[in-house]
Amino acid sequence: MRYLHIANARVIDPQTSTDSIADVFVADGRICTVGRRPDAGEIEASIDASGQWLLPGLIDLGGHLPEPGFSQKGSIATETRAAARGGFTHICSLPDTRPVADTSAVVKLILEKASRAGYARVLPLGAMTQGLAGEQLASMYTLHEAGAVAMSNAREPIRDSYVMRRLMEYAATYDIPLFLTANDLSLSDGGCMHEGPVATRMGLPGIPETAETIALSQILLLVEQTGVQAHISQISCRRSVNMLSQARESGLRVTADTPLANLLYTHESVTGYNSLYNVQPPLRSERDRAALVAAVAAGELAISSNHSPHEIAAKKAPFSDAEAGMSQYDAFLSQAMMLVERGEIEVSPLVNALTALPASILGMRQSLEEGACFSAVLFDPDSTQTLTAGQLASGGRNHPMIDKPVKGQITHVFLEGCQIC
Amino acid sequence: MTDPNTVQLTEDGRLKHFLTTEGLSRELLTEILDTADSFISTQERAVKTVPLLRGKTVVNLFFENSTRTRSTFELAAKRLSADILNLDIARSATSKGETLMDTLWNLEAMYSDMFVVRHSDSGAAHFIAEQVTPNVAIINAGDGRHAHPTQAMLDMLTIRRHKGEIEGKVVAIVGDILHSRVARSQIHALRTLGAAEVRVIGPGTLLPSDIESMGAVPFYDMKAGLADCDVVIMLRLQKERMQNALLPSEGEFFKLYGLTEEKLAYARPDAIVMHPGPINRGVEIESAVADGSHSVILNQVSYGIAVRMAVMAMAMSGQQTLNSSEEPA
Repeated sequence: MRYLHIANARVIDPQTSTDSIADVFVADGRICTVGRRPDAGEIEASIDASGQWLLPGLIDLGGHLPEPGFSQKGSIATETRAAARGGFTHICSLPDTRPVADTSAVVKLILEKASRAGYARVLPLGAMTQGLAGEQLASMYTLHEAGAVAMSNAREPIRDSYVMRRLMEYAATYDIPLFLTANDLSLSDGGCMHEGPVATRMGLPGIPETAETIALSQILLLVEQTGVQAHISQISCRRSVNMLSQARESGLRVTADTPLANLLYTHESVTGYNSLYNVQPPLRSERDRAALVAAVAAGELAISSNHSPHEIAAKKAPFSDAEAGMSQYDAFLSQAMMLVERGEIEVSPLVNALTALPASILGMRQSLEEGACFSAVLFDPDSTQTLTAGQLASGGRNHPMIDKPVKGQITHVFLEGCQIC
Repeated sequence: MTDPNTVQLTEDGRLKHFLTTEGLSRELLTEILDTADSFISTQERAVKTVPLLRGKTVVNLFFENSTRTRSTFELAAKRLSADILNLDIARSATSKGETLMDTLWNLEAMYSDMFVVRHSDSGAAHFIAEQVTPNVAIINAGDGRHAHPTQAMLDMLTIRRHKGEIEGKVVAIVGDILHSRVARSQIHALRTLGAAEVRVIGPGTLLPSDIESMGAVPFYDMKAGLADCDVVIMLRLQKERMQNALLPSEGEFFKLYGLTEEKLAYARPDAIVMHPGPINRGVEIESAVADGSHSVILNQVSYGIAVRMAVMAMAMSGQQTLNSSEEPA
């Protein structure tokens, strides 16, 4: 056998609670040995990773791909390349493409284009209702069969409790996981930022915390009734964290994620009407942000990208008219590491929330143990990079770190042994 | 692009745009009032024009209809000897951003010197000020729920001319604070100019969350809220508030918050009554009070022209110092 030898990396693998300097040997897309040389075979290539961290590849539980339908914002190739450069080996794509991913044709198209591009692997989320309209069930079984790993309604609400109940029952029948978003539209409609002192001062219509928590309580009650495997996408409030941990204590199998932006920023960022910070779910208070970070540190909450690439014109508008979302894939890991840099979280729980935890939510395993697929990231924590708009791989120009220095840089990303960055 | 005052002020602290009263210094607000005072005397003369903006082109850019505000800006510009162009741009809900940007680029190509902007989106004037070429001054004539700074300053001028000064006065703002850009701009200006207390009075549905964080004290009851007030500012109530489940009826609102002589008696005997107009008689205020001896509502209108002249002249002068300082020595 001929090996790829990664020498002297700090191997951080939350799945196996590993954090030590070790050599890793890889062959045929799998990790052969960690910390010792394989008994036989020769080294084909060697990477001196001294001072670098070797992490499992990041898994995104929800990002927006602009294809099909929004070519002005980028393509599957541009965004999966940006994702790989940000440390992702796998990304779940939200179904709000145009056409919506409510047919197997769209799911297959996404898979085929992603595979042809050859960067991060796309795990499509199928639409749970036709056209995401929240009325008629989409053909979930067919979508699942075509490769959709779970069903989602993106941020479009299911307004009718009856529909919510039935789609959960239907999905539960075939063990299809649901990715649900808690958003009571009757409370959030017209709002464009967190309801609170900043919205009041700026005169921007607010989205109250209850828009999320009321919808979440409805979801939790119906999950309990139907027994569906449910994951809550993109929570933003402290109260939601508490409600989820109570639900888990009472025996409900329910997981959740929060977008990275909600861990890094608060509604104060909106001051000055910077449309970059018009995101959904909205950036909330410092108290909410701190509770989300604490839940990530406790291993209760995964981190998603909520990547939403936009062209310049989509953001060049008064705040409430600008399209919501932030482009996040480029330099994603470096942005997440800002939390470590600020002393808010340790490296291992942060990496867990980006790798092992999302993997377990998807029924996968993403680790650096012997025998595992080699999907991994080499990260140099000490270098500093400054991204310019022209350097972004994403087609989106709404990236929060343009022209700002970020610490840490990815040197290699491998997907099942193949280098994708 | 965070602090509004990095956008509206020159480096030496002069106005180059007028977007909000928030964060402006007491000196600058006082300068606006003093300048407006000086224009009031010119308004009483037979020849009312002054040549401060001669040769300048002012564009009234109204994305939201308002005959009254637009007319006072038009008159103010004419009395400063500017050329004025009125544009009423019906807003299309489907066109996002590009339309606004295209409109701006077209107007810039006409070499305008000042845009007076009214728009239904909070932050629109701020956005336009950041996007236009550097030598165009932006005057905010109302953006969404955010700010209506010229209205607030004419209210400050009204209080100063009728009560001597703003320092130490107790001021109550009554009605739909939630949707009111006027109230927000008034609260900032009153706090900066040293009002003893700024109260907001209305039902919980019409008071925005965390209004205390702006330095206003919320009251739900007119008797308690108007006690010892020097100034009572009534806000206009829009009809659509009833449809949005914010209020049950005009009748109940009038019963609880409509300003009557009886309720006005809770305030100080020499209290003045103000209203940004247009008045809904019998909804937020009864005619006896609107037309009564405490009312200074019509004075507000005439001061409005002087305040707008002051702000336009100051912003244009701020732009001119900018331009001259940018020329090579």
